[in-house]
Amino acid sequence: MDWNGCGTNCGVCAKMTSIQHHIPDHLLLAYASGNLSHPLAAVVATHVSMCLECRAALEAHQMIGGELIEASPDVELSRDLKSSVLDLLDLPEAPVPEYSRSGIYPGPVMEALKGRQPSWKKLGAGVRQCILSHGAEGSVRLLQIPPGMAVPDHGHSGLELTLVLQGSFSDETGHFGVGDIEIADDDVEHTPIADPGAACICLAATEAPLRFNAFLPRLLQPIFRI
Amino acid sequence: MGSEPDMEASVETVWMLAVRDRRCRESFGALFDHFAPRLKGFIMRSGTTADQAEEIVQDVMLTVWRKASHFDPHRAQVSAWIYQIARNRHIDIKRKERRPVPEALKEEPNTEPDAGQILALEQETRVLKLAISRLGEDQRDLIEKAYLGELSHAEIQQQTGLPLGTVKSRIRLGLERLRHELRGLR
Repeated sequence: MDWNGCGTNCGVCAKMTSIQHHIPDHLLLAYASGNLSHPLAAVVATHVSMCLECRAALEAHQMIGGELIEASPDVELSRDLKSSVLDLLDLPEAPVPEYSRSGIYPGPVMEALKGRQPSWKKLGAGVRQCILSHGAEGSVRLLQIPPGMAVPDHGHSGLELTLVLQGSFSDETGHFGVGDIEIADDDVEHTPIADPGAACICLAATEAPLRFNAFLPRLLQPIFRI
Repeated sequence: MGSEPDMEASVETVWMLAVRDRRCRESFGALFDHFAPRLKGFIMRSGTTADQAEEIVQDVMLTVWRKASHFDPHRAQVSAWIYQIARNRHIDIKRKERRPVPEALKEEPNTEPDAGQILALEQETRVLKLAISRLGEDQRDLIEKAYLGELSHAEIQQQTGLPLGTVKSRIRLGLERLRHELRGLR
């Protein structure tokens, strides 16, 4: 997609056009249709908040979904459904907080953080993490990796999504800067290393439950060759 | 206000703008009559009971009223917007937690509607409608399953019968719309 920004040098576009690694279509459709586990959905929603191209693709899926509703056969409604909805229009609604970007953290991350800044826990060798959620479906966390260190392996069964929020990392498959998303599954053996410069901060999700013992050893091996 | 774009927009879009800009109950009633029975039908395709489907329809239509300010006719047909609300609602109920959603790109208040953009979206929708009506029964089933959230991402990836190419051709137009939107926000 050779989109070159809005042509007026605005900061938003400059940021957005530099994204090289996007969400593949099957994940976008699974997200649009609601069939993506919570951890993966959090990363997809965050990437879409940063990436116009994927937002456009998501909206295209929603358009198809809308046409499928238009094409659905009418099913008769209960007699009082409409009047009960009309009666509810004037009721005050419980306010739902809306979170917007704060610093490097887009709205969906701020929502997971409930509007607070992350509280980092040391993992050793300068690496820190802040777990946003974990459960049967998997986990999603923020990781902070100093330059030259390996991005920790966050569980090695099932799909792993890693989205860069600050700094960058590189591995055998390429370079990942702000907004780029790396998608790895069981058969990808890769060792992402944070690039020189600012600490690399990523939003990382895995479908599988946390597996700390698989997670720790690689962490304790700083890798100095860059 | 008199800000509705003339004739070109679909009647649903005109109703929705009247709800958004004038809180027009009559237009809301018309939207309800059009979408509620179809939406119930769509939701029930996934094996949801009639009662549950109506519960979702009720929540979705209330959200249409309450979140009307989020509707942007340059980027979405009413049906696409309702699809998104319905899927969010369905997931919230099923998982009992709020599903993560992207940060909203809100249209500036009092933005003059751009009839050209809205018309382009209408035309795109007509092409899509035709493409869907021409799908074979198997393909139609498959695509409904996918958009109803019955296929996992792995299953979608394996499916070669899904006509996802239609999406690709719409992305460029979608980008045009977003670019337009961002310009309005600056």
